[in-house]
Amino acid sequence: MNLSQFLHQNYDQILELTVEHLWLVGISTLFAVAIGVPLGILTARRQVWNRPVLGTANLIQTVPSLALFGFLLPVPWLGERADRIAILALTLYALLPVIRNTYTGIRGVDPAVVEAGRGMGLTETQLLFQVELPLALSVIFSGIRVAVVVSVGLATIAAAIGAGGLGEFIFRGLAMVNNQLILAGAIPAAILALAADFGLGWLEKHLQPR
Amino acid sequence: MVGNMEGTASDAPVIEFRHVGYTWPNGRPLITGLNLEVGRGETLVLLGRSGSGKTTTLKLINRLLNPTCGKVLVNGVPTAETDVIHLRRGIGYVIQDVGLFPHYTVARNIELVPKIENWPAERIRTRVAELLELVGLDVSLASRYPHELSGGQRQRVGVARALAADPAILLMDEPFGALDALTRHQLQREFLSLQKRLNKTVVFVTHDLREALRLGSRIALMDAGRLIVVLTPQEFLRSREPLAAAYAQAFEDGFADAPREPTP
Ligand SMILES: Nc1ncnc2c1ncn2[C@@H]1O[C@H](COP(=O)(O)OP(=O)(O)O)[C@@H](O)[C@H]1O
Ligand SMILES: [Mg+2]
Repeated sequence: MNLSQFLHQNYDQILELTVEHLWLVGISTLFAVAIGVPLGILTARRQVWNRPVLGTANLIQTVPSLALFGFLLPVPWLGERADRIAILALTLYALLPVIRNTYTGIRGVDPAVVEAGRGMGLTETQLLFQVELPLALSVIFSGIRVAVVVSVGLATIAAAIGAGGLGEFIFRGLAMVNNQLILAGAIPAAILALAADFGLGWLEKHLQPR
Repeated sequence: MVGNMEGTASDAPVIEFRHVGYTWPNGRPLITGLNLEVGRGETLVLLGRSGSGKTTTLKLINRLLNPTCGKVLVNGVPTAETDVIHLRRGIGYVIQDVGLFPHYTVARNIELVPKIENWPAERIRTRVAELLELVGLDVSLASRYPHELSGGQRQRVGVARALAADPAILLMDEPFGALDALTRHQLQREFLSLQKRLNKTVVFVTHDLREALRLGSRIALMDAGRLIVVLTPQEFLRSREPLAAAYAQAFEDGFADAPREPTP
């Protein structure tokens, strides 16, 4: 049986695991954006927060992913379901690019524009939502894009703790020394990563301020 | 003293510095012992070389910076006691870098504050058209983005935006400094005719004596964070105050050294 036949026969399961995979990546990205963007704004506004926040996010990145999944296993509530652990771990990894790009994007807004806005009586909130965030949007978005592409890859490891996703094929294939199984997980994962990169890249370009 | 007759209607200064000092957070003092009054409807020019503290003085008025000692009063009320957002909405602010919002069209740049202040849509629309005409821009430019404009057009939009909510006070920080000589000259002329019509209280920063003489009803000469003298343009050219005299001399030399057409 060749690969294409294999893929064809296991179409249903591949689709199911792909959806699972997307769900892990999607939810964790949402969390990372919901936490990372405000943290990025905070660090851009209050320089003293810059080191501790970016330092912590950096530190998390240095923890090997398999080890991080392992650390989280004994945590109560979290450890009850593998997908909770996977989502938390993926969220933590995705934080750094989101925080860093939010910080860079906001700091990169032309100081003259910010000063003009402040000088004409915009409140700090108005300044943030009308000026700084719109102008930083494409930079923030490229951080989210990096986070998503990295997550798609990392999420394959979530299968090691039973969280599902395309990693299941890969781990099963590794255990059974079956290359077709490995590829059945790896190829859709690679396609997902490329599609996310391309799609989000396209969006990013269209968010570019003039 | 003040060129405008309206200036006599109300003698209380619109802006007043009382023993104002400003020290940077790093402990470096910049402005010291500043006392200055700006009357209604006058154009007070802050003149001085770069680094003399003109921009800092201007920012002390709209509280982009807060004095470290003394008081700044606007309409008789210490700025420290007024709501800073309210204060700034009543003061137009134009800077050399213009600082137009690059993601907004010309119209949206101009209408931002009126919108925030919840003006009715119809009034905003007429106001934008009125302002574009006032600063000499064609209405067709309203839908353009800042990067689609020339430097002179951008600065005009900057002025229109500052005037949008009809503030009584206008702060202008070297607004024409980055423009070519001809455009600058034209904008100065338009500023004069605009000021004749609108009668705003203007504080205008420049390092260019020619501009100061042309636009100012009074010139406040600054050096190293101190106010040296405040003089009318006529007084300035006759002043024996050393720095003022040096400025006047440099100004005259500029004409004396210029190559002339041989007279037939
Ligand atoms: N954040 C700061 N901390 C300390 N000194 C500053 C800061 N910003 C500007 N300065 C100094 O203040 C002076 C600038 O004053 P400024 O009001 O901008 O002068 P001007 O507008 O007349 O050129 C310069 O000497 C500059 O080095
Ligand atoms: Mg300056």
